[in-house]
Amino acid sequence: MGFLELNHVSKGYGNDGARRPVLSDINLSVERGEFLAIVGYSGAGKTTLMSMIAGLLRPDEGTVTLNGQVVTAPAPDRALVFQNYSLLPWLSVYENVYLAVEQVFGDRSAKRKQEHTDKYIEMVNLSPARKKKPTELSGGMRQRVSLARALAMDPQILLMDEPLSALDALTRSTLQDEIERIWERDKKTVVLITNDVDEGILLADRIIPLSQGPGATLGPAVRVDLDRPRDRKAINHDPRFKAIRNEVLAYLTGPGKRRGSAVATGSSVANPAVPELHPVDLMASRRMGFLRGRKTVEAAV
Amino acid sequence: MSAPPKRDIRGCMTQLIKRFDGLFLPVIGAAAMIGLWAIASSTISSELPSPAKTWQESKLYVLQPLEYRGELDQGILRFTWLSLKLVAKGYAIALLVGTPLGFMLGLSKFFTKAFDPIFQILRPVSPLAWLPLGLVMFSSFKENTSEMAALFTIAVCAMWPTVLNTAVGVRSIPQDYLNVAKVLKLSKAKTLMKILLPAAMPYMFTGFRLSLGIAWLVIVAAEMLTGRPGVGGFLWQEYNSLIYSHIILCIITIGLVGFVLDRLMSLVEANVNYLLNLPALVRRLASRVVSRPQLEVAHGLS
Repeated sequence: MGFLELNHVSKGYGNDGARRPVLSDINLSVERGEFLAIVGYSGAGKTTLMSMIAGLLRPDEGTVTLNGQVVTAPAPDRALVFQNYSLLPWLSVYENVYLAVEQVFGDRSAKRKQEHTDKYIEMVNLSPARKKKPTELSGGMRQRVSLARALAMDPQILLMDEPLSALDALTRSTLQDEIERIWERDKKTVVLITNDVDEGILLADRIIPLSQGPGATLGPAVRVDLDRPRDRKAINHDPRFKAIRNEVLAYLTGPGKRRGSAVATGSSVANPAVPELHPVDLMASRRMGFLRGRKTVEAAV
Repeated sequence: MSAPPKRDIRGCMTQLIKRFDGLFLPVIGAAAMIGLWAIASSTISSELPSPAKTWQESKLYVLQPLEYRGELDQGILRFTWLSLKLVAKGYAIALLVGTPLGFMLGLSKFFTKAFDPIFQILRPVSPLAWLPLGLVMFSSFKENTSEMAALFTIAVCAMWPTVLNTAVGVRSIPQDYLNVAKVLKLSKAKTLMKILLPAAMPYMFTGFRLSLGIAWLVIVAAEMLTGRPGVGGFLWQEYNSLIYSHIILCIITIGLVGFVLDRLMSLVEANVNYLLNLPALVRRLASRVVSRPQLEVAHGLS
């Protein structure tokens, strides 16, 4: 039995008469220390799925169990990172993180709690901004605060619901690298929900596509057997990376796609051809400095 | 980019015109009102004192604003002060009762269903209707009856904007913030202090401002009916003594004070966030003062 288990979980909204199924028959097992990515369409019910794992929503049918315990209510052992950051705007960066630390480690001395808070703000490279309010920060920085808050709670499992979707491509790739770096250190159990297949492959041990709703369900899992740490530049040329991506996209655009639904990729269903364009490369050159770095945009089909 | 200097000059001009507008046009408006008043007093209503006569008969009260000649014969600022004291007490009661009621309305559907209809019915009742009831209710307080009745009336009339705005503020707290409270398993008290109160604060202050306006509106009616010394009491007494110019003096005073109160509350309202941060600011300054020696130690070590 896995660390996190979802058994025949279904969820719908609305009253019995006009009931709209969102998720149907979700089965999932996540091992301790595993990094799992769930990739799916916007509006497929990804957030609903995450809310049920977090305990914010109860499934209509089936059960969610974490470490053998049935999840019935939210608790700090399942830390959430939302797409919209969910920071309290009247608290500073430090206070936002401290509120969580105080709640989880209430019995520790004030000094230890402060050190703990500072450690995690440091971990996401936000120490210079610790006294700022969320409104004074960029989207990327806000999401770092949210990440620091989640990690500082020392949760059993970290749930990330499209954490990087609202960010620009460059910030996104930086934060992806940071998430990977931090995960390498902590080896926390992570469930990442994303609409970016590449992001899922870059970060996760296993990637599962979620079909398009209504009544979305999980497709076949694909193991990401790429060595860590993964170099986002090198990985683009890895044939295994391409194979995984095609496998996931083949499901999402094939069996996982419902009729009449709008899909961003204009590719053929049977064999999706995806242009290999990566803003990531620009980022790499920027980090190295403009003089040394080559600005490469690789486009090959 | 040759436009900016040009735009700057134009900007300055519009600013100047705006400032001119802001000072000059209100004077024109006031002058027009006084003109109409003068015409009215000399034509259709001969009992209405003219502006000049009003000034003649009122200047004693204005030029010696703090003079005490008798309970109902005091300088205008003394009367204003008496009225403000009563309003402050009634307003405080309105906020102390209204804010929790607003929170209960905002948080509990059950409470809303039970009490919202009766609140909606009580809300439009005039202070003139509440005051006699107050006098009856507090008749056992002997010499304090009129003050208690006045406070009751102010509180019961002024609290509704606070109640309703607080309820709206609490209801419109984003689900995200409540999720944070749920995931962190914040206690009820902590959720209230750390999430609900700061999130609803801007709405609450809008309510507080509207409530203050009503409290000041009610004071006059309350004083008129109870005969308590104050701007309203003075107004009613002078009407009975046939000194009509003092009625106008009182009206102008009430208007000015109400205007100032509203401006002050707007200032507070606009700076809610800043005021909320004040404790944190003080703490930060204090910690800076305290932590300075430690910093020096750290430098010494490196």
